[in-house]
Amino acid sequence: MLIKKSGEIPYSEITPKQVYIDRRKLLAALPAALFAGRELFSPGKARAAKFDHVGKSSLSITDQPTPYNSITHYNNFYEFTTDKTEVADQAKNFKTSPWTVSVEGQIKNPRKLSMEEILSVAPLEERVYRHRCVEGWSMVAPWVGYSLNALLKQFQPTEKAKYIAFESYFSTSQMPHASYSGISFPYTEGLRMDEAMNPLAMIVVGLYGESLPPQDGAPVRLVVPWKYGYKSIKSLVKIKFVDKQPYTTWNLANPPAYGFYSNVNPNVSTLQYSQATELPLGSFRRRPTLMFNGYGDQVAGLYNGMDLRKYY
Amino acid sequence: MRSRWAKILVFALCLVPLARMGWRAWNQDLTANPVEYLTHFTGDWTIRLLVITLSITPLRRVLGLPDLVRFRRMTGLFAFFYGCLHFSVYFWVDKDFQFKEMIEDIGKRPFILAGFTAFVCMIPLALTSTAGWIRRLGGKRWQRLHRLIYVSAIAAVVHYYWLVKSDTRLPVFYGSMVALLLLYRVVNAAGSRRGELPAAARPSKESAGAR
Repeated sequence: MLIKKSGEIPYSEITPKQVYIDRRKLLAALPAALFAGRELFSPGKARAAKFDHVGKSSLSITDQPTPYNSITHYNNFYEFTTDKTEVADQAKNFKTSPWTVSVEGQIKNPRKLSMEEILSVAPLEERVYRHRCVEGWSMVAPWVGYSLNALLKQFQPTEKAKYIAFESYFSTSQMPHASYSGISFPYTEGLRMDEAMNPLAMIVVGLYGESLPPQDGAPVRLVVPWKYGYKSIKSLVKIKFVDKQPYTTWNLANPPAYGFYSNVNPNVSTLQYSQATELPLGSFRRRPTLMFNGYGDQVAGLYNGMDLRKYY
Repeated sequence: MRSRWAKILVFALCLVPLARMGWRAWNQDLTANPVEYLTHFTGDWTIRLLVITLSITPLRRVLGLPDLVRFRRMTGLFAFFYGCLHFSVYFWVDKDFQFKEMIEDIGKRPFILAGFTAFVCMIPLALTSTAGWIRRLGGKRWQRLHRLIYVSAIAAVVHYYWLVKSDTRLPVFYGSMVALLLLYRVVNAAGSRRGELPAAARPSKESAGAR
């Protein structure tokens, strides 16, 4: 077994860092501290499971990770709500067990993987990745998982397989507000085969050493750190090897604003977003956005000879 | 409603959002992205107060409460106040107080242009909101100038509509409110031109701003 219910206090229940660091502001922090304290005793709160034996990764960056509480209480998951600060609450009863991921399409051995199988594809490792949202904010997250290519290599693609299409879980009973979002579900995403095989592309099952909380895409999601956040599809239920470039949710919703590739690119702006700069979560100062979100060394070669303004 | 206290109460109510924001700031409870929280919060209250201000003239007639006009200047000025805060957060964090970059941004991004239009149109209205300016401009001219609030409200709605990614519920809601309130004025003006409305029902010059 890879998961155990640990006696240690999980990250999800630790008082936010800012509360204990800033002693001079203790008075100001008091209500938040009391609130966090109360949560420790509140019954019925799903506890995150802590992973054993999570290795380190050379793909990690050295930036300070964004606090757990920020990563889990500020994100987009349009199936639940379009309010980033409400996702945690709206998703708290999301049922993620039992869970299967269907791997299908242009392969010789299609099959459904249980969560147990997904957890044992490769040794779990922690990777600290930059995450850049198309809206212009960014964070640094210590994800737990392994390279997507480890999973893909278990299947024998036919010569027709050129792209991988991904699909998120969707149910109107579990996600009753989805229709207000203005986009259609189930959410779909896609990568070109060579992008999917790049070691940076990651199957993620955890955050801060614990299983993923529902709001961040439990129980298993994709993370593609050199692309805008919406490419990192959450709550995966389907991985399909396909011959043509798959349709992707945001591209269908607004083609000029969201392309298939969606590589982080400070030089390509849209009518809505400049993309030249970003605001790290919690900061009051914008900073320059890096080409490929700073992962150029690993991924720029994938796009040799491509006009990234055309293939945005 | 005629009492002095009514005005003080409305003034205090208009300050509640600011107090709420201040309280959350004091508690370090401005979400993981304080800049976005402050931007959205001040923007929301600007558009709400614009709608409230626009609704005063129709409500006076529909509810038979002509004295409501006493609050119109105040709600309008508070719309401008929250608009100033909204603009300041953008100019400070997004543009780092660089005027040139802001102008470039206005040229490049339509939703910024719309928001900037809404803001700029409010400036002359705030400046000429005093009794002295009504006298100097004369009631008719003053009233004509202050129709700029229609442009401001429409531009604010367009700004909001263009900036959301896909969930258009709120901009459509505010857009419908503004449309309804402007439609009322069109119908009312057409009616009064044909002499169908009693003169007393029309907004009087005297009540336009001063008290």
